[in-house]
Amino acid sequence: MSINASGWRPAMGGSGVANAGTTTGNRALMLEEALIFEIGDSETTGVDLADPVVSPSRLGFLARNRPIGLAGLSEPETVRHYTRLSRQNYGIDLGFFPLGSCTMKHNPRLNEKMARLPGFADIHPLQPIDTVQGALELIDQLAHWLKTLTGMPAVAMSPKAGAHGELCGILAIRAALEARGDAREVILVPESAHGTNPATAAFAGYRVEDIPAPSGRIDTAALIARLGPDVAGVMITNPNTCGLFESDLKDISDAVHAAGGFVYCDGANFNAIVGRVRPGDLGVDAMHINLHKTFSTPHGGGGPGSGPVVFSAALAPYAPLPFVDRDGDNFLLVEEESAKDRHVSSFGRMVAFHGQMGMFTRALSYILSHGADGLRQVSGDAVLNANYILRSLEDTLDAPFAVAGPCMHEALFSDDGMAEGFTTLDIAKGLIDEGFHPMTVYFPLVVHGAMLVEPTETESKAALDQFIVALRSVAERAKAGDPSLKSAPHFAPRRRLDETLAARKPVLVWKEPVLAVAAE
Amino acid sequence: MRYLPLTDHDRSAMLDVIGAADVDALFVDVPTSARLDGPIRGLPNHATELSVERHLSALARKNRAAGDGPFFLGCGAYKHHVPASVDHIIQRGEFLTAYTPYQPEIAQGTLQVLFEFQTQVARLFGCDVANASMYDGSSACWEAVTMAGRITKRKRAILSSGLHPHYVSVAQTMARFTGDALSYQTPTLSPATDIDDLLAAIDGQTSCIVVQYPDILGRIDDLSALASKAHEHGALLIAVVTEPVALGAIKSPGEMGADIVVGEGQSLGVGLQFGGPYVGLFACKEKYVRQMPGRLCGETVDAEGKRGFVLTLSTREQHIRREKATSNICTNSGLCALAFSVHMTLLGERGLRDLAMLNHSLASHAAERLAKVSGVDVINNSFFNEFTLKLSKEARPIVRKLAENGVLGGVSLGRLFPGVSALANGLVVAVTETATVDDIEALATALEGALT
Repeated sequence: MSINASGWRPAMGGSGVANAGTTTGNRALMLEEALIFEIGDSETTGVDLADPVVSPSRLGFLARNRPIGLAGLSEPETVRHYTRLSRQNYGIDLGFFPLGSCTMKHNPRLNEKMARLPGFADIHPLQPIDTVQGALELIDQLAHWLKTLTGMPAVAMSPKAGAHGELCGILAIRAALEARGDAREVILVPESAHGTNPATAAFAGYRVEDIPAPSGRIDTAALIARLGPDVAGVMITNPNTCGLFESDLKDISDAVHAAGGFVYCDGANFNAIVGRVRPGDLGVDAMHINLHKTFSTPHGGGGPGSGPVVFSAALAPYAPLPFVDRDGDNFLLVEEESAKDRHVSSFGRMVAFHGQMGMFTRALSYILSHGADGLRQVSGDAVLNANYILRSLEDTLDAPFAVAGPCMHEALFSDDGMAEGFTTLDIAKGLIDEGFHPMTVYFPLVVHGAMLVEPTETESKAALDQFIVALRSVAERAKAGDPSLKSAPHFAPRRRLDETLAARKPVLVWKEPVLAVAAE
Repeated sequence: MRYLPLTDHDRSAMLDVIGAADVDALFVDVPTSARLDGPIRGLPNHATELSVERHLSALARKNRAAGDGPFFLGCGAYKHHVPASVDHIIQRGEFLTAYTPYQPEIAQGTLQVLFEFQTQVARLFGCDVANASMYDGSSACWEAVTMAGRITKRKRAILSSGLHPHYVSVAQTMARFTGDALSYQTPTLSPATDIDDLLAAIDGQTSCIVVQYPDILGRIDDLSALASKAHEHGALLIAVVTEPVALGAIKSPGEMGADIVVGEGQSLGVGLQFGGPYVGLFACKEKYVRQMPGRLCGETVDAEGKRGFVLTLSTREQHIRREKATSNICTNSGLCALAFSVHMTLLGERGLRDLAMLNHSLASHAAERLAKVSGVDVINNSFFNEFTLKLSKEARPIVRKLAENGVLGGVSLGRLFPGVSALANGLVVAVTETATVDDIEALATALEGALT
């Protein structure tokens, strides 16, 4: 059933096929790899199973009578398939990964070892709670660290990722306002905010209005002027997405509270201030923490994340179910059943079971390793690294906020100064050839051709120096209008991919070639 | 500290380049009143790997692992054997420490895996397309309801009584804020599902019907009639699969006419982990693809004509559409989707079917054996690897007694439906390939003892 052992398809629509110079299409350690459906088949399996026991069928009349269409491989073929695919990926383990707002710090392997202890990995969420006291205690310990680091009295551990945490915070705000009979329709969001902020507010039923942020920071006067009885709250990122600390946040919080609203803080950039500033001291009412950013749980190619939300005293009563509580030496899980006794105003349950336990173990392992002194060092080194990059490159790239003062944990550059027709995208693709994953591009929207560089604290000075040299050389090529940059990357496993074609004619699943031909 | 490579020498050299006296000078924009003067008091300082291991191992030892003895819990999370290769593959640094594949030229590993995953999920569910994963089954279920609302422009969803009560609770929480109207009733301890009630309730105001397959009591029912009636009235059928291994033995919801099929992929590749991280599965008919939430991976070609993969149809998503996005979701469950996909590849079609039949045969054997225990009735006519017992006594204390005797015997309906007295004697028992005939005998004996 395999059609193309090397996985290399000829061009669609007549453009030339590049000659790899080899028969297989492989280039030494860079190996092409086909899809499992092209190399496996429906009878092959890499698993040995016991024979079924003799017993009557109880499937009713619904036994499967058609093939599913899955492909199987033996174990050696499976390991090879995924090993080859892995080698087409960049990762933090490989090199500097300066994605602004993502906090691509080293993922400690101790985290992985601890998460895999059977006492954590092999427990079912619905076991009787006296058989999982250690798990509940771990969640309680992590909760204590998160509350203490942020200076907030309460935390909801169940949200599954940052955006889910944002939803948790906004729903708590909505529940609090409804409880006092004061339903409001508007949430204010800076135009520099991450897209999840307005998406979350809309998902929760609010109308979103933009707050201008022309000089990087929020226009405080404009925000305060807009407050009123229809504004439920504001969503602020601090430090913000331009890498700057919102110095007016306490004043903003005071004004929002005076107007009867609440302050949601997007905690994606907490790495800049952990151990040095507590959001609770700035009047924040709810803040999600990305355990997969500040607290080193692995990004895994896009997830899973974990987004616990810390709450002020005003919002704590509305926090979602379930959560862990103590009764003397015993730990309890407060679910729907005990809510009426222990948490009557909760806005309800956001997700099945209790949260991302696997990420809690990893995050606590990291937090215990660093401790209070280490975490303070984390934010210091993260901010030092970002400023080193900012000052080393501000002669080469336009840095719109560099004159005004230091940045926090990320440095922001614009595409001002590029030759005609040369863009931030070309710089990003040029960096790939130099052996780096590009920084975040085209975000935040308030800076033209934005390039947001977040080194994190786990980079050595030598790694930073190498990146500075590489980015400087690519930027010089963009300013000089070097045409080879327009067709970069040249050396990656793939050249630039046709994203327009992918969206225009979406092919989202593999189809047998016979059927694919018939459809044309 | 072992994760911080900068030396003091490095730091002073860098401060010289920056032109700052010390690191504190870089925090000049933080108001002094908000600045902490030193490490937060009351928290311990840094610790060695050894001491962290000791601390966490002590906490782990206070938990009873599923593998420690006879184990029969299910209800949305299942103990299956994950082949050893899976965990090694997902711990390769190129998978573990990679990011969302926004720069596809250096992320073809992640992207090709997602394409394979999408294909596996779509085929398993009997659907045209699937996305690159959601957080978990319960959030996927709610996203399906809102998607049906966008498509039908109606706001009334009917939830089957067979839907997992946590999934119901999530939907009820969210509907309170979105203004969707949900109808739902708790199940009854009977062999029949609520399919007749659902059929009667569908009308021209219905946006969608949400059914779980197999349901929370393990019952299996044909969804074709529901699909037909829904479509007659312009509504969508959403099927929820919390145990995907079942689809190795029973028909897919897609082939029975379901419009959207969502589920929980935890059974394959992803361990129990006390409830997370899990992996939400989401599939639907081709015509609805632009209303899907979540990331989608699509095939394309590069500048040299080589096949490659990219994230696509991003205009649905938050980073492009912001408040007009189909969902606020950003992060998916990438590493868990990889684990699911690797496990599926190792099984293949033959292996999945054999695994399913092994599960079912053991469950059927267990049902026969437990039916012989005095004070135990098996409610189900049909089931896959999970069925419900009606005990002669309240089930929750029985579960505790079994646990004291070293048997984790199942999930009491009193735990899942507190306060519903009609369900109080119900016990849901899941039997996977990890249960032995001896384990089943131990459960029967322990139940015998607990019920006398």
